[in-house]
Amino acid sequence: MVQFPENKIKKVQEIIARYPEGKQKSALIPVLHLAQEEFGWLSSETMDYVASLLKLEPIEVYEVATFYSMYNLKPVGRYMFEVCQTGPCMLRGSDNIIEYIGQKLGIKPGETTADGLFTLKTVECLGACGYAPMMQMGKFYREHLTKEKVDAIIDECRTKASTLN
Amino acid sequence: MSKKLLLEKAHVEGIRTYDVYRREGGYRSVEKALKTMSPDQITEEVKKSGLRGRGGAGFPTGLKWSFLAKPAGVPRYLVCNSDESEPGTFKDRYLMEFIPHLLVEGLIVSSFALGSNRTFIYIRGEYAWIVDILEQAIEEAKANGWLGKNILGSGFDCEIYVQRGAGAYICGEETALIESLEGKRGNPRIKPPFPAVKGVWDSPTVVNNVETIAAVVPIINIGAEEYLKIGVGKSTGTKLISACGNINKPGVYEIDMTISVEEFIYSDEYCGGIPNGKKLKACIPGGSSVPILPTNLLLKTAKGETRYMNYESLSDGGFATGSMMGSGGFIVFDEDQCVVRHTLTLARFYRHESCGQCSPCREGTGWMEKILKNIEYGKGKMSDIDLLWDIQRKIEGNTICPLGDAAAWPVAAAIRHFRDEFEWHVNNPDECQKRNYGLAHYADPRPLAVPA
Ligand SMILES: Cc1cc2nc3c(=O)[nH]c(=O)nc-3n(C[C@H](O)[C@H](O)[C@H](O)COP(=O)(O)O)c2cc1C
Ligand code: SF4
Ligand code: FES
Repeated sequence: MVQFPENKIKKVQEIIARYPEGKQKSALIPVLHLAQEEFGWLSSETMDYVASLLKLEPIEVYEVATFYSMYNLKPVGRYMFEVCQTGPCMLRGSDNIIEYIGQKLGIKPGETTADGLFTLKTVECLGACGYAPMMQMGKFYREHLTKEKVDAIIDECRTKASTLN
Repeated sequence: MSKKLLLEKAHVEGIRTYDVYRREGGYRSVEKALKTMSPDQITEEVKKSGLRGRGGAGFPTGLKWSFLAKPAGVPRYLVCNSDESEPGTFKDRYLMEFIPHLLVEGLIVSSFALGSNRTFIYIRGEYAWIVDILEQAIEEAKANGWLGKNILGSGFDCEIYVQRGAGAYICGEETALIESLEGKRGNPRIKPPFPAVKGVWDSPTVVNNVETIAAVVPIINIGAEEYLKIGVGKSTGTKLISACGNINKPGVYEIDMTISVEEFIYSDEYCGGIPNGKKLKACIPGGSSVPILPTNLLLKTAKGETRYMNYESLSDGGFATGSMMGSGGFIVFDEDQCVVRHTLTLARFYRHESCGQCSPCREGTGWMEKILKNIEYGKGKMSDIDLLWDIQRKIEGNTICPLGDAAAWPVAAAIRHFRDEFEWHVNNPDECQKRNYGLAHYADPRPLAVPA
């Protein structure tokens, strides 16, 4: 069953309190972030749960979850490489980086490796154009990417995953 | 060295923390404003300073503030636009990351001026770690009495909250931002009513960019009179420029708007020139939505005058031979870059970011991307170039929000100035897969006074 732990329920209450009385719908986007953090992606059960928390119709949640690009509506790998492909990054070689990651992991953009560890995704400008090429990985950015750096990041993830398992 | 008003202290060790920020003179503007000025006096001061919105449109900030409706008993809101998603732009991030208290300080003064007791920072969802930095700064400010109830005994209450978006460029448009803040899809609203009358939760609302709000701090500290003296003409104060692309020193620079474009690109104080001895081909001076210029129109205007890094000079010549200051996202192309390919990435960007409400924008952006893809991959026809031109003309001005224009302008400017490069792709479908068109004549001196 989909259920937030106690501390997340408290966080939801805190967020709702930021808005005027009766405007708890404003909490929807932040609460969907909390849900994705907790469950990895947004299943329809998760979205229905968020709807019940905020006293919204489920459709109001689906509408929003499908509009914003950061919400995963399908399961994703444990590590998601979101590589920027917009003009300024392209000027500094993002195409090569995307190709290199794809080759190394044996997947195309949009796909996840068979072991469920990595997802490769192309995204549009992330506000890091001066530190290109770059990608987002979880909460943080990895910038000034080179093939060597990509190798190191993949190793780092594999090591981390093996200690977690 | 040009004068710095915003980033002067950004690299002082520990400036992210309250104690250091305060020791360096932080929060003086709040003391001055709340203890010695009325809200209207602050608005007047901002008006007098000539400050123009730093989010892209350059609308005078004081004037915008004076439009805010003030019906009795209705709350008013200030919302800080930290959505920063225009390709080439990463200045707000820099400011928030390195000197977060400057934004918090500006927000307190501005909230007092506008009567906002609940102020929101709407930040793009991807800047997740910056949310922590801002929340930390807000907490520190509150612990030291700069936020909360009855601040400095003035009777003014204020709280600041950070709200994350979730990946949508369109939410930088102020009415889409408001919709998103209300927990909805980021569909821009039809104006009027303007947010100043009916904004978030139907209340009067001002939306301002991060850099605009931060600039209020020096304006209050040194006074509008002194602020006005920095810069030139209607480009007063300093401007943050985020420089990227093929330059030696990509980064964020605070300039005083009196330096030339040439100096900005080549001087070691700023971009430090083009790497590997390459030549400059083109530049988009104000974020992806503004027109791209070939070198010969970038460094000098069509009249043959030096082009400067300010609002007036960058737009000299209109869209025929000029560009815009926009958001200050400065994208530099060296001689090896392909304008068609770059334009394709921008077309894809706008297609991806269109909210889909208006057919010219929804259909037009997709169509432009498709045609550009064909041209780039050697499958284009000569008539495609005219078709592209036609499509962008039909989007411009026919949509609810300016994203339509923002998608049309880059395509228009690329064709206007680089048509021969598009034609070369069509005529050389195999060769264009192997090499780029190169510098061509784009850096050659231009004949003076080109007719518009
Ligand atoms: C498609 C689109 C995207 C925008 N993105 C941003 C943005 O990321 N940040 C911003 O400050 N303004 C952005 N704007 C401009 C805002 O609508 C608004 O004019 C601005 O926040 C006003 O603040 P200012 O007067 O301080 O510049 C965008 C406008 C459009 C049409
Ligand atoms: S112009 Fe485009 S982004 Fe703006 S409202 Fe219309 S469809 Fe949406
Ligand atoms: S273009 Fe890649 S971060 Fe801006």
